[in-house]
Parts: sequence; C-alpha cells; structure tokens
Amino acid sequence: MRQFSQLLDGLVYTRSRNGKLALIAAYMREAPDPDRGWALAALTGNLDLKAVKASAIGEMIRARTDPILYEMSRDYVGDLAETVALLWPKPEEQPAELDDGSLSLSAVIDRLHNVSRAAAPDALAQMMDHLDASGRFALLKLATGGLRVGISARLAKTGFAQAFGLDVDDVEQVWHALAPPYAALFDWAEGRSARPDPEGTPYFRPFMLAHPLESDSVDLTDYAAEWKWDGIRIQIVGTGKETRLYSRAGDDISGSFPEIAQAFTGHAVLDGELLVKGDAQGGEAASFNALQQRLGRKAVSAKMMADYPAFVRLYDLLIEGDEDLRALPWEQRRIRLEAYMTQLSPDRFDLSALIDAPDFETLADIRAGARDAAIEGVMLKRRDSPYVAGRKAALWYKWKRDPLTADCIMMYAQRGHGKRSSFYSDYTFGCWTEDGELLPVGKAYSGFTDEELKWLDRFVRQNTVARFGPVREVEKTLVLEVAFDSIHDSKRHKSALAMRFPRIARIRKDKPAAEADTVEGLKRLVS
Amino acid sequence: MAHWIEPHPTGIYVRPADAWIDPSLPQERALVTHGHADHARGGHGHVWATRETLAIMGLRYGTASGTAVGYGEEIRLGGVTIRYVPAGHVLGSAQIVLEHADERVVVTGDYKRRSDPTCLPFEPVPCDIFVTEATFGLPVFRHPDTRSEMDRLLTALHANPDRCILVGAYALGKAQRVICELRARGHQAPIYIHGALERMCALYQDFGIDMGELRPATGVAAKEMRGHIVVSPPSALNDRWSRRLPDPITAMASGWMRVRQRARQKNVELPLVISDHADWDELTDTIREVAPNETWITHGREEALLHWCMTHQIRARALALVGREEEDEG
Repeated sequence: MRQFSQLLDGLVYTRSRNGKLALIAAYMREAPDPDRGWALAALTGNLDLKAVKASAIGEMIRARTDPILYEMSRDYVGDLAETVALLWPKPEEQPAELDDGSLSLSAVIDRLHNVSRAAAPDALAQMMDHLDASGRFALLKLATGGLRVGISARLAKTGFAQAFGLDVDDVEQVWHALAPPYAALFDWAEGRSARPDPEGTPYFRPFMLAHPLESDSVDLTDYAAEWKWDGIRIQIVGTGKETRLYSRAGDDISGSFPEIAQAFTGHAVLDGELLVKGDAQGGEAASFNALQQRLGRKAVSAKMMADYPAFVRLYDLLIEGDEDLRALPWEQRRIRLEAYMTQLSPDRFDLSALIDAPDFETLADIRAGARDAAIEGVMLKRRDSPYVAGRKAALWYKWKRDPLTADCIMMYAQRGHGKRSSFYSDYTFGCWTEDGELLPVGKAYSGFTDEELKWLDRFVRQNTVARFGPVREVEKTLVLEVAFDSIHDSKRHKSALAMRFPRIARIRKDKPAAEADTVEGLKRLVS
Repeated sequence: MAHWIEPHPTGIYVRPADAWIDPSLPQERALVTHGHADHARGGHGHVWATRETLAIMGLRYGTASGTAVGYGEEIRLGGVTIRYVPAGHVLGSAQIVLEHADERVVVTGDYKRRSDPTCLPFEPVPCDIFVTEATFGLPVFRHPDTRSEMDRLLTALHANPDRCILVGAYALGKAQRVICELRARGHQAPIYIHGALERMCALYQDFGIDMGELRPATGVAAKEMRGHIVVSPPSALNDRWSRRLPDPITAMASGWMRVRQRARQKNVELPLVISDHADWDELTDTIREVAPNETWITHGREEALLHWCMTHQIRARALALVGREEEDEG
C-alpha cells in the first residue's frame, strides 16, 4: 500500500503535468502485478468499490474520538477522508504511526470487493491500524469510491503510455476492450503479447475543441454560426450492439445517463451536448442547474430520470457505420448529420440549430439578445474544417456571451475546500431591499486572483462581527462587483432569485456600501 | 486564583513584580520566554531572559538593556520568585515559573516535547496555573518521527542529482534544527543557506552548536548547488530569489505540512512535518503531567484544547492575546 499511497501523495503535491506523468510512469514500471493494474483502474476512475459510504466513515471516527473534536478538525481540514486519516487513533502498542507493509493494494481491493456493507466498517478499521496517515487516506478514498487526486483518466493513461513508450491514443483505442487489473494491457506494454484488439468495442475518440474568439469579427461566408449550449459535451459511441457515452476527458459516463445510452442503438460516433429538459419538458433545455442534479452519479434512480430527463443536442457526426467522416469538411458532415437525425428518437436527440445571420453585425445582435438559460454563447465553425483532435487554430471558435454584473455587498464568508481550506474564499453577498435591508442574492467562490483572495481573507478575519460554526458574518461595508451569466426566479431563496455561475469580477474598495445595487434592480435582469 | 497575575490582550502582567511576560507593546519591565518576534519585541526598558534569548534579541533589535537569567537560577522581583526552565522550543527558549502567595504559575511561551539537537529538552514543572500555547491544538496534528521526515528529504535528494532541494524553514530555530538533524542522519555535504539565515546560524555556532559546513547560497553558480540542500526562510520559497537555484524541489519544514492542502497552498512539493511546537498528544500529555488546577490557553486552536480540558475535568480558559502566531513558524 505504501507505494500506492506515496504515488497519490506525489500526485497531490506535484504541480507540473510532466512531473505527474513521470510519477505515474515510474509507478507503472516498478509496482508489482496486479497492484499496478488496480492502481491504473483507480486513477482512471474504473475502480468503483463504494464499499462504505461517507456517513459510515463519520460514524467510525465518532465512535473512536470525541465527536466535537472531530467536527472541529473536519471544519479545519475540509476533507472527510483526510480528517479521518489524520485523526485515526494509533494502536496502543505502536510507538509511532507507520505503514507496517502487511497490506498490498490488491489485498486491500480484494477485501473491499468481497466485504458486505454491514461488515465493511470493521474490515476498514482493521486495515487502518496497519497504515500511516497517507495509507489511511488512500484506503478511505478507495473505499468510498472517489479518488479525486486532481488528475484525469487521460493523464493516467498518458502516464501509463509514457512508462512503456506507447502512444496514448493507441492505449485509448484498446482501453475499453479491457477490464481491471488490465493484465492484457501490461502484457502488450511489456512485449509479452500482441496488442489487444478493440474492434467491436465502443471506444473513445479525442474531441475537437474551440479557441476563444479574440478577433473583432469573422467572415460568415467562411464560418457557420451555431449556439453554444450550456450542458456537457459528450461523445456517443455505438457499435450496434453496445453504446457508451464519453465525457470530454474520455471518462465513460454511460452509467449516469442510461436513458440516453439505451435510446441509441445505431452504429455511429456522434458529438453533442448533454442537456436536461426544462420545466415544461417541451424539449426546451433547462439551465445548467438542472443538469447538475444528474452529474457525478454512477447510478441513477428512476425518479432522477423522471425529474431531470436528459437529451442530447447533436453537433457533429464523426463516424457512420464503418465510414470515418472526420476528414470531410464540416459542411458535408453537417448534411450527413441532418440525414442521420431522422432515425433517432426525437425524445432523446435533437439537432443543434444553425444561426441564420447574413453578417457578423447581425450575429452580434442576435447573440446580445439571447438570454435563454441554456445558451452559453455562440460557436463559429469553419465550413471546410475537418474534425481533428484538440484545439486547432482558426478552425473552431467559441464566443461566449458577455456576463451581467451587479454591485453587491459581502455579508458572510466561509472557508473553502481543497487548496483553499484555510482561506475564507466562499462569499455570500446581498443587495438592498426597498426597506433598506440587505438580502442575500448569491454566493461566489471564484473570479479573484490569488492576491485578491489573500486580501479578501484578511478583510473577513478583520471584519468579523459574528460566527455561526464555520461561517463568519462580516461588517456590511465591502462592495463586490459580481459577474454572472444569467439570473432566474427561484423558490429556494429568500430573494427569490438565483444567479447562474456568479463570480467576483472586481473588489470595489472605492464604492460606498449604500451605493450597491437593489434587489428590484436585479429582478429586472431575470431572463 | 492567583489574582496577582493578569492576562491582557497585549501580554501577561505580573502585578507584584510590575512586569509583563512577552508583551506585544513596549513595557518598562519585560520577562521574555524566547526570541521569536511574536514573543520578543524591541523597545522594552529592561528585559529578563536567558543569555541566548538576549543575544537573539540583540541581533534582531540592536542592543537592549537586559539581565541574563540562567536556567534554574532564581530571581526575585517585587516579592515574586522567578525561575527560567527549558521549554525545548528553540535555542534559549524558557518557561517562566513564577511563585507568589503560595501559588505557582508556569508560562510556557512556546514548547515541544520532542528531542531537538539545538536546545535543552522541556522540563515539566507541576503548578497551579499552567499557561500553554495551542498552535497545533487539534487532534489531526500528530507530528511523525523526525528521523523519518529527514530520511524522506535525503531520499529525494539522492534521487535527483541534477536538482537541488530547497527547504523552507523559519529563520530562528527551525532552520538550525533541520541542519543539525540532517547532520545527525549522516549528511556531511555542505549545506547552502539564504542570506537571511547567516547571522542567526553564526549565533547558534557561537553558542557551540555544530552545523557542519555552511555556504552562502548567494553568489554561487547554480550548477554548484546541484545535488545539494539549500535552506531558506519560507518567504523565499516562491520568491524571485529561488530562481537562481538549479531546478529546485520545494520542501517546507513545518507542523502545518501535516494537512496536505496547506502544503499545496504554499506550492510545496515535499512537505516535511517537523515542528518546534507541541502536537496534540504532547499538549494533552503535558497538561496531564503538570496537573494544574487551571489551564490558560494563549494562542492557536484554543477552542479544541479548551473542549478537551472541559471533558477531562480540567478548568481552562482561553486568553485572547494579540499578534501571536500567524502560521509562519510552526
């Protein structure tokens, strides 16, 4: 376990991508079988043990330490698994905490695979006693099914490829034909057997991405304009027998959206935006808020699917049957896509419409007037562009719409999570009511620079007027210019407003609090 | 209890002696536990401290008029008997033991219970009132064995012969301790130090602490420092200063490194959990050992230690002292 927990620590502390790749590569070369295969599964998100729930871990530690000290520790550290890993009482007979080397990664995984939910906490506790803080952290992350060490599946595969001098796209092609602990993959990588054959498996193809539009205009005779939808980009890969959905990072997310995977039975590869239907369920896309309810779930209930029905708005057709269309100009692929659409269920699939604009000025006006909740901006695609992996200059541009802004007043602050766990980085801000009271209208935890964060953190600490657990109430003096993509009516908030993607645009030290915006003013911006 | 001693936001006032312990504002009479800036300030009229602490204050604030008090020596001020007892924190650090009206008060300043080659070990003194720090007053803080942390540093050094390891360590105490601990693990190569550490290291050497060969990191070609350890104050880690070094691996020696996101915030790649403060077990063990009637907690994560005292039937209160500990030392 020590080799694996040290790898995880290294990945947490190492900043550079190359450094992370080198760590993964070294581990993949040096660790024994089948440990390294399991580690590769864990790093690529293909090891879904979920032997215990986070709540069970909370109970384990409460039974072993003072619950109040645990709560204080958790508030300070910010991460459940790390808090418990650090807090775990060392066995009496042990002078210092250490990883006694008695547990291999594969032994741990074996145990977690075969243990019942009821027996899992005891099994986990026994293993915890043999590990040091890093080992306990790794174990808890494995046992709860979420490693989250800040690397993508793609990076892990790249590290693996680098270890054995392979091309990562070759690894990607065979990947989905294999299962953990990937004995066949290591056999191929180390020259003991031939390359596994991916044919017949629905494997991932790298996405084509867009650059932000920086020039003032483009010629619409060369570029087609299309709405940029605010969902998640997905790739649908169907072999006729099986269909998988991949996220931009190449993660298989079919399990989160089974209704889509089931509705697609074709033999093709498509690119589109995954969205959730709005209140009316008339096919209109709901805001990203609604989609968020469905993200990050490995399994999904019937109720979730009924409340937040998903569909895909299609952008592109990469492969149809055995014919690879990626080298064709976008215009021709578009014609093929429109034709292909007719065989798909309109419940689950629709076509991303093109924007009809004679010139760039008209397009700019259309873009400025669009306040549909699910529109993030405009895409500009060169009519003759092939579908190529990654971001290629001058082929595709994204042109996000300008944010709205409001001057709000900081009311409460809370410490962040992750690398901000000591900083007051989450701010609740408010605007004035007609009665001259402040009403919270939103919460933001991004948009500022590191320097600004330090300043804001200091402001919070020096201007605290009350504390409610981890939350600090501050003097209502600081005006924050908040930018947001859109604002909506909401039943959940006292202000009856909900901002989409609010972030701190500027700190307005110069502006008196009395001159901040009003709730009435914000209501006029509702789309 | 002990009405003759009063906690104030700016320090602890000993009324019959008309003297302040570690005052944060200039005072006529100051009793100083150790040389860190949040305890030892300049501008006092007269200072009582150990010889080492006076020397450190002299280095930092110029000459101050002071009386050197040896460890174990008794002095009397206005009817209070005062003794300085080793605190095990840094060179010259002392707990101040005060006796008056049949009561004994121990003010620890900062302390730790682990061995440290640069200072005398903490001596527990049973007392009525125990004034303790709580820098690492949360049970998540359990410092590992120092030798294993040093070995991690040396392993990283030997695995990267083309790079150097830049260790951020507080200029007074931690830097010298890290160097001495490295020597104790058999590392004999020259160690390069940031200019801000030179005078303090020389002071330690004057007090007989052997740190082996130290070289200034300034004015040296980068390639000469490949495969070597460089020690700097934490503030220099992400500073332009470090650009002169050969592809440094950034390490930091501090108790805060126990929490991984703390290390990430400071861009530390090799966190070394080495602290000059008591960890949670040391804090609670020490309170049990000196068995006071009442515990006063000066600074740090006082809420958790206060809660622990309450659940262990130990009377305790938190003092809100200003200007203590904004995490740079640890």
